[in-house]
Amino acid sequence: MTEKEIFERLLEKFKDAIGEFNEEVIQPFATIKAAEVEKVCTYLRDNEAFEFDWLSNLSAVHYPHSEEEQAEQKEDELEVVYHLYSFKHNHKMILKTRVPVSNPKIPSVAMLWRTADWHEREAYDLLGVEFTDHPDLRRILLPEDWEGFPLRKDYVTPQTYNNMTVPYPEEKGDLHDE
Amino acid sequence: MMSETVQILSDNIELEQSPLHTDEMTLNMGPQHPSTHGVLRVILKTDGEIIKDAKPFIGYLHRCFEKHAENVQWQMVIPFTDRMDYLASMNNNFGYVIGVEKLMCIEVNERVEYLRIITAELNRIASHLIALGTYGLDIGAFTPFLHMFREREHILDLFEEICGARLLYNFMWVGGLSHDAPDGWAQKVLEFCDYFDPKVKDYNDLLSFNKIFIERTADVGVIPPEVGISYGVSGPSLRGSGVDFDLRKNESYSVYDRFEFNTAVGEGLKGTVGDCWDRYWVRILEMEESIKIIRQAVKDLPDGDVKEKIPKIVKVPKGEIYQRTETPRGELGYFIVSEGDKVPYRVKVRSPAFCNLSVLQAIAPGVMIADLVAIIGSLDIVLGEIDR
Amino acid sequence: MSDIDTKMDGNIILTSIDKILNWGRAGSPWAMGFGLACCAIEMMATGASHFDLDRIGMFFRPSPRQSDVMIVAGTVTLKMASRLVRLYEQMPDPKYVISMGSCSNCGGPYWQYGYHVLKGVDQVVPVDVYVPGCPPRPEALIYGIYELKKKIMKEQHLSKRA
Repeated sequence: MTEKEIFERLLEKFKDAIGEFNEEVIQPFATIKAAEVEKVCTYLRDNEAFEFDWLSNLSAVHYPHSEEEQAEQKEDELEVVYHLYSFKHNHKMILKTRVPVSNPKIPSVAMLWRTADWHEREAYDLLGVEFTDHPDLRRILLPEDWEGFPLRKDYVTPQTYNNMTVPYPEEKGDLHDE
Repeated sequence: MMSETVQILSDNIELEQSPLHTDEMTLNMGPQHPSTHGVLRVILKTDGEIIKDAKPFIGYLHRCFEKHAENVQWQMVIPFTDRMDYLASMNNNFGYVIGVEKLMCIEVNERVEYLRIITAELNRIASHLIALGTYGLDIGAFTPFLHMFREREHILDLFEEICGARLLYNFMWVGGLSHDAPDGWAQKVLEFCDYFDPKVKDYNDLLSFNKIFIERTADVGVIPPEVGISYGVSGPSLRGSGVDFDLRKNESYSVYDRFEFNTAVGEGLKGTVGDCWDRYWVRILEMEESIKIIRQAVKDLPDGDVKEKIPKIVKVPKGEIYQRTETPRGELGYFIVSEGDKVPYRVKVRSPAFCNLSVLQAIAPGVMIADLVAIIGSLDIVLGEIDR
Repeated sequence: MSDIDTKMDGNIILTSIDKILNWGRAGSPWAMGFGLACCAIEMMATGASHFDLDRIGMFFRPSPRQSDVMIVAGTVTLKMASRLVRLYEQMPDPKYVISMGSCSNCGGPYWQYGYHVLKGVDQVVPVDVYVPGCPPRPEALIYGIYELKKKIMKEQHLSKRA
């Protein structure tokens, strides 16, 4: 099935949980509302017409807004992208969902595709997306006592960590122009 | 369906009721360990010698690749991609470069495609040689390790001739290659193929059909296909369980569709389908298939200028792409987001070893500690790629 | 025995305690291969048959308690640094550290934006020899080991230098 057909079937079944479909890009995607992610994914995985049994990738991206947009009270957002593939039918689908930074909660799909377990832990570790109902949401790459979410655009590298200097020390030699 | 399989796995742990009271032991296979293939920490809960739970802890080599990718220019990201999976740098470059070229709508010429495939397949052989050599070392066989490294030195000599480096090449650039093959290089590649063919028979005699090796690896660490697919296992580890899926064939990229080669799939020749021996055997067969591809590619290597399509300034239009390629470890995916700048907006790497390692939590319960070493070795992990 | 003076032929050797101790120590530095990242592969290749390390007297011991030299090969991250110090403290004296590769010398290619990379292992352990390169060729590593041997031969055990 093409992505457009999958989107239309999803729209019929879930109506207002599904947002828009963008097909002018190289890889078309469909947006869904954050709270309905788990229901839509369960349907996509279990229904025989789709059978998306392979979650290729789960990534999170930080979209901060510029100052004028912030004046209109548009909040900074975190976007989570799911890339799905089906072995049996050989078709693909891309789903996207957005959450505001002040309340970044998305239902977890770790029990549907077990690979999402570690991918969601990584998205939490580096960007701060919180997945509700995750079996074990804690930091995976950075140490447990690290503060902050490094891949956000407004992250500032700390000066020290456990008595070790983090940024490149000035007295080591000259810093060439970046 | 998923929960049934997990139930079957946990039912297989039948522990004898011993008359003595025993406690559970917590052991630490720390970050520095001769057989963990890098800085991996596994915390084991064991009942004597049998493992009840194995939890991998990673992050000891987190080198902030994604942060660097957001701050340096598009072509400057390529050396950083080399260093993620340092055993197969050509394949890492390949995925990133194809993704960016699709976003920029650049089509490279034939010579570039053929040279890319030749070097990627040579690197696949080199990576499998290390994987199998160190696997033998973990099991206790020292000689195959030395033989395989000797073959690998020949491949590294070829790479040094073409691009100057032994391990981390920065060879594939956006739109072309960094250097062209010197005269006589293609002939040397063919000579290497002729030299290498009888060596695979040597490895089979030394290691593959060795009774001790088979006892240690057959029927150990079986990954059922549904569990593998659910945990995102890909590459030789999934093909060892009987799933016939290879991105070079099923979702062909570059000019792989012009070459004839078979997909190596595990069949349970020495034990159950999907055990450690099958994963090892798939890698041996893949080395032979790579030699076939290299021979075909060198025979038809066209002429041309490898630098003609390289843009002076790499400026990628706004867009996103998810590009996946087949590396020696499995499906390597690059999710590249561009906002039209000189630097990428976001590059997320879906690394195959990250997902391959997560299956350890499902298959470790019920095996003995020595078997765990065999399982980790057969998954062929590279910590640089897991931690990025 | 060429680096020890022999005054009389045959069975009698006149030398100093410093020289004989240094000769023993430099002759067989056993390494705890602390292979972290890409440099570890070059270290393994140096130890394999093409560029043999055994002929220099070095072979890899898995345990810190049985080794003299720690070759830090690869990037040291902040999470790993405390474990590295622990392993260094577990090594018995006399111990030496070779920092192999750009990452452990000074942070390497990750110096600018690496928030989790330790910029140089000499922030946490004292280093004797730095081998530059990314990764250094096996010949460069062997040169570094010879420099370490020269450094060991110059040590003085009896006189306290100011």
